[in-house]
Amino acid sequence: MTWRGRLLIAVPYVWLLVLFLVPFGIVLKISLSDIALAIPPYTPTMKDGLWAMLSGLDFENYAFIGAGAVVAGFAGLILCIAMYRIVFPRIRRAMLPDTATTVFDTAAAALTALAVAIVNVAVVVAVLAFVLPALSDFVDVPDFLYFAAYLSSLKIAAISTFLTLLIGYPVAYGMARAAQHWRPTLLMLVILPFWTSFLIRVYAWIGILSTEGYLNQLLLSLGVISAPLSILNTPVAVYIGIVYTYLPFMVLPIYAALEKMDDSLVEAAEDLGCTALSAFWLVTAPLSKPGVIAGCFLVFIPTLGEFVIPSLLGGSDTLMIGKVLWEEFFNNRDWPVASAVAVILLMILIIPIVLFQRNEQKQRELDG
Amino acid sequence: MNVTKLLSGIATLALMAGSAAAEEVRVYNWSDYIDEELLTQFEEETGIDLIYDVFDSNEILETKLLSGGSGYDVVVPSATFLQRQISAGAFQPLDLAQLPNHDNLWDVVQGRTDQYDPGGAYSVNYMWGTTGIGFNIGKVTEILGEDAPFDSWDLVFDPANMEKLAECGVHFLDAPTEMIPAALNYIGEDPDSHDPEVIAKAEAVFDAVRPYVQKFNSSEYINALANGDICVAVGWSGDVFLAQFRAAEAENGHEIDYAIPSEGAQMWFDQMAIPADAPNPEAAHTFINFILDAENAAAATNYVWYASGNGAAQAFIDPEILDYPAVYPDEATLENLFTTTPYDARVQRDVTRLWTRIKSGQ
Repeated sequence: MTWRGRLLIAVPYVWLLVLFLVPFGIVLKISLSDIALAIPPYTPTMKDGLWAMLSGLDFENYAFIGAGAVVAGFAGLILCIAMYRIVFPRIRRAMLPDTATTVFDTAAAALTALAVAIVNVAVVVAVLAFVLPALSDFVDVPDFLYFAAYLSSLKIAAISTFLTLLIGYPVAYGMARAAQHWRPTLLMLVILPFWTSFLIRVYAWIGILSTEGYLNQLLLSLGVISAPLSILNTPVAVYIGIVYTYLPFMVLPIYAALEKMDDSLVEAAEDLGCTALSAFWLVTAPLSKPGVIAGCFLVFIPTLGEFVIPSLLGGSDTLMIGKVLWEEFFNNRDWPVASAVAVILLMILIIPIVLFQRNEQKQRELDG
Repeated sequence: MNVTKLLSGIATLALMAGSAAAEEVRVYNWSDYIDEELLTQFEEETGIDLIYDVFDSNEILETKLLSGGSGYDVVVPSATFLQRQISAGAFQPLDLAQLPNHDNLWDVVQGRTDQYDPGGAYSVNYMWGTTGIGFNIGKVTEILGEDAPFDSWDLVFDPANMEKLAECGVHFLDAPTEMIPAALNYIGEDPDSHDPEVIAKAEAVFDAVRPYVQKFNSSEYINALANGDICVAVGWSGDVFLAQFRAAEAENGHEIDYAIPSEGAQMWFDQMAIPADAPNPEAAHTFINFILDAENAAAATNYVWYASGNGAAQAFIDPEILDYPAVYPDEATLENLFTTTPYDARVQRDVTRLWTRIKSGQ
């Protein structure tokens, strides 16, 4: 590549880097500051001089939110993935030297998972038993609210992604199997909700789900229920809101994968004796896997930090890190702690984002 | 187009933008807190463009003020928050020469707000009220019977009542500086205590009833009460009357009422002030002076049913409101009302942390 070519691509790269690093640097700096009653509401600032500012920074907020526990969990997850990647090929090779079949793959995977789980449980027990009590003399007792919020966000994001997949796949499949002239219309129908503001659509669900809302009125008039259901302000409402909002992000990549699939492959499988169901599992499902993976990440990543849906539809016990972050910033007005929460959230998001990138890259190479 | 032409074009645009900004005043007030006809009237009388935004929590207002450059000319924090913000340097002193209607203020209220803003140097009272309990008479009677403790904090702080009320829905204000004093007052502690150990005692009160609280929110309860989606809310006096009004207007059969609990309730004051970096302080004074006008202040109170800090306005306020003790408390009730003062940063962090723990159950 010539230097001019490099210069040309350097411009957007530098631009991206600056757009990411500058805000991140500011957030990181605030997360190391202390809360103050002033404008801006933290100390030290640049007004104190660069050196005074730098020497006034500390990790107190990270200790406060129990970042140690979060980072330990994060490290445990990476350890799991790394161990799996190292152990899995070895076990499989030991079991069957040359050929690879699905049955042996599954057995090897199960064995690996078992081994990894045993090692990790041992590590966690060791940490809980020996390391934490020793550390607690040196750091503040961490506040497990934040750890619980990260965990609960992961759980909500994982369940929502699964539900979205459950609903999204049949929709995408139906679209891809529809007659050619219908497909643009169906695609339009999936994209159509984006024409209204996301906020208005979530607000509409309040009217549908509330105690005296349309859903309850309908069910009551049909005689399905005798007393109104309380759905609004519960976790169920949050799942409904998330699945509804993120469904297009699941449908579109799966549809894209299914649409370019060659129908004759399924016909061939059926000619060779497959039932319709096994042809689906052996041919269609594997071919749509990249779309499914892309869709899952597109739903999982934004859901993890979701704030609007849990705060409008969720109740007081819906704990999500996006909501905690907002409360830390606007209710507690504690910018330093809010920034620390955001930095840790970003660290957690790096894992799924990197995995998503790898999937995309592999796909590009295959299409290549 | 040559460069000179282009530059002069930009300069002209900038000038136009500048002169347009001079005719503008940006007001940031509580939601559902004014008769909107007053806003049109202000624009017609003064020719100043009014941009009127709303918030539903003191904390959000403070976040914007302390970030600096909020862009607002008039803001309306509650007095306890105002005191903190004054010490952070967020406001500019009022210029009384630009407020000829300042004499209309009611000395009784001024005497009480003096502890937050000595001499009223930075603020004037807009309205004041109490933090009590709003309820749907029909639904609560149906569940708790005729002798439901409508005029007591028992209604929302006694788990036995709350367990039953949970089925028709209860909202609490998402305002730690009002809910925690209410709980402390309920268990006989000093509601204005700044001692972390005393404040911590409020947690037990909330822990016992939290499972039955549907939501902590400071604005949704107005419509939720009016629609019958919930039957009880700890809320602000005028907001509950607004729910009462909306339910009556919709003719949906829900009868809403408000009570100041007999154990005592918090009295609060919302103060109009001008941020230190207000883009147009002159127009801000014009707006405040407009609201201080006796007839205008009365129009606002007649609409939102909050007591006015304006003494001269009482001549124009509906007698129905003036004689209603839930809005203008009588002497006996007034004695039971308490006020609070702001926490310092360290106690504030404990309080807000306690509040997060209460709300999330974590």
